[in-house]
Amino acid sequence: MTASTEIMTAAPHALAPHADEGARRGTDTTLVGVLLFITSEVMFFAGLFAAYFAAKVSHAGPWPPPGYHIEIEIAIALLAILLTSSLTMEMALRSIRKGNRAGMVRWTGATLALGSIFLVGQLYDYWLLDFGITGLDAGGEALDAVYGSVFYTLTGFHGAHVFGGVFAIGIMLLRGLGGQFSPRHHAAIEGVSWYWHFVDIVWIALVTTLYVLPLLGV
Amino acid sequence: MATTTLAPGAALPRSGFAYWLAGWLTTTDHKRIGILYLVNSFLFFLLGGVLAVGVRTELAVPGLQFLGEAGYNQIFTMHATAMLFLFIIPILAGLGNYIVPLQIGAADMAFPRINALSFWLLPVGGALMFGGYFFGGTASAGWTNYVPITAKAFSPQAGQDLWIVGLLLIGTSSILGGINFLATIFKLRAPGMTLMRLPIFVWTMLVTSVLVVFATPVLASALIMLFIDRNYGGHFFDPAAGGQAILWQNVFWFYSHPAVYIMILPAMGVISEVLPVFSRKPLFGYRAFVLATVAIGALGFSVWAHHMFTTGAVYLPFFSFMTFLIAVPTGVKMFNWLATLFRGKLSFPTPMLFALGFLSMFLIGGINGAFSASVPVDFAIQDTYWIVAHIHYVLFGGSVFGLFAGVYYWFPKIFGVRLHEGWGKTHFVLQFIGTNLAFFPMHTLGLMGMPRRIADYSPDAGWNELNLLSTIGAYTLATAIVPFLWNVFISLRSAREAGDDPWEGNTLEWATTSPPPPYNFEALPPIRSERPLFDLRHRPTVNAAESAGEARS
Repeated sequence: MTASTEIMTAAPHALAPHADEGARRGTDTTLVGVLLFITSEVMFFAGLFAAYFAAKVSHAGPWPPPGYHIEIEIAIALLAILLTSSLTMEMALRSIRKGNRAGMVRWTGATLALGSIFLVGQLYDYWLLDFGITGLDAGGEALDAVYGSVFYTLTGFHGAHVFGGVFAIGIMLLRGLGGQFSPRHHAAIEGVSWYWHFVDIVWIALVTTLYVLPLLGV
Repeated sequence: MATTTLAPGAALPRSGFAYWLAGWLTTTDHKRIGILYLVNSFLFFLLGGVLAVGVRTELAVPGLQFLGEAGYNQIFTMHATAMLFLFIIPILAGLGNYIVPLQIGAADMAFPRINALSFWLLPVGGALMFGGYFFGGTASAGWTNYVPITAKAFSPQAGQDLWIVGLLLIGTSSILGGINFLATIFKLRAPGMTLMRLPIFVWTMLVTSVLVVFATPVLASALIMLFIDRNYGGHFFDPAAGGQAILWQNVFWFYSHPAVYIMILPAMGVISEVLPVFSRKPLFGYRAFVLATVAIGALGFSVWAHHMFTTGAVYLPFFSFMTFLIAVPTGVKMFNWLATLFRGKLSFPTPMLFALGFLSMFLIGGINGAFSASVPVDFAIQDTYWIVAHIHYVLFGGSVFGLFAGVYYWFPKIFGVRLHEGWGKTHFVLQFIGTNLAFFPMHTLGLMGMPRRIADYSPDAGWNELNLLSTIGAYTLATAIVPFLWNVFISLRSAREAGDDPWEGNTLEWATTSPPPPYNFEALPPIRSERPLFDLRHRPTVNAAESAGEARS
């Protein structure tokens, strides 16, 4: 032991297990991690959106290209489902904050159901569409084929994120059924709810970009 | 029976090889993970170095001697892949993994299990990328992976897809690591360590992690689009179907230019720790240095298209101006370092030599880079060996010298023994000579018009002597690693115990044992500045007065 260590032990300022005092102030460390993860996800989707707009601005003529019919009614219905599920997720969070674990389990179950309905609805939407990732099934202009790639990649990766969210919500449901979480300890649920709202917001951006803006001629 | 239930691990061996191996494979200790990062990345450094020697051997004299053109393409592609993605980026993250929690007085990283995941993705990603060799050849389109060279029609081999998947895993590792660093730095700082008292190395890791979190996901999106194009009939980069080849360059460089700062900022942080310690002075202009680091990080997102001047598809004045602008905070740092040395009580152990090597080599790399920022000059030197000289002065002369400064500086902390000074200085001298011998002639070759990424050249082009010189430099560099490996070997076997604080350091990692115990600290000194140990050593009265004042309040 050196002299400096002795000085330190003479005035022990903080023991290492308590050195994470900062962690007990402000936002929970887990939630900081979730927020940063969502930030990285925003940048991931930014890359895909950039590809979409790059394809769109370089494309002459109407957009979506002739022959590419997309189902705006289904997209809006799915939007309504996701928005509702954001509400139910928020209700689950509020329930556990008040110590109502049964309510939290119920609302989490409802969110899980709505998320699953979204996924089924998206598959149904894909089944209706008469174009694939390589372009129109029935041929069509060669220069229009990129629309299939950007459409399925954007919506597909959103769907994959919904799937991930449903999976995480399922784990929250199981943990809730197992008697976990309390008014003080529910960072996981809060983190999942943030992620779920993010997935919701991405769908709002997608509906706006893929369905509404072309209708407005933008 | 009850006892076995209470102690389920009782039957497991507590010593022996299996216990040792399981300990390393399942560890979540940031120090062990840091060592895993360092060792894994160093192995890829050796592999990348062997490939570099292969490249330089082929180029030593005109004519194709031992590599075909296809083989050459694979080798230079995998050289850069190994060096950038599997060596420089992860090894600096590994150094940060070991040092950052110590420097901020934390017990571990914020998410230890995610930290382990970040590491284990790396060897898997590396194995996938190099595994292509066994399936018809590795990727061979250069590390920039430009379309249409990487389209299925021109790169049909599975190695190209494995490269994409491997890089996705490595990118995931980076993102998770970046999130972990940020959460650790924001949330786990010891009491008293405000942001403006963070050690500079921690500041550079912070800005690096912000760059990782914002830039790396964009690379992931680009890789996924390329994968879809190659395997599922997508048309993102296919102009014949309405896609754009230039899109790849934009999205790729949106990541890969900030990635340059991901590769250099931690090295800058290392030498900003080393120079003050061996000058016996505080870092000159701490605040200016922090602001310059943040400015480099912010401006780093607005210069990506300077890699694309000659495409004719980017707005030249903006990107040229921003590129010149980013030289300003870099210049600020240069003066910070020089002013730190000025009138210091200098000593020259090996870490200091590597830090000074960084200063001189990075200066050359900065200046020859400024030439490329000028649009008309860039049109002349685009894709010539000038660019190869620039990237190697920045990344080898900069990042690798900074890295070795850190390795020699922190080795006593990590392993509890000092490295041998004589072998260390031999390593430095060989590496310094080798760097300049290998990379300086490339400037002239570039100005003479030698394009990069060629396996052969005409004997009448006038490039023979300089290429031979460069190859001799590459062999010198390869030799330089031998004294380092020997040094590590004999030092680990020696009894040259380092003690807690062999260099009289400034920062908290020197306030614990070498190597630190699990969870790092038994007690922390009071933190009143970015140099808590300097305060402890040289200003005990101030500390006592402040502690007394704190006790009263």
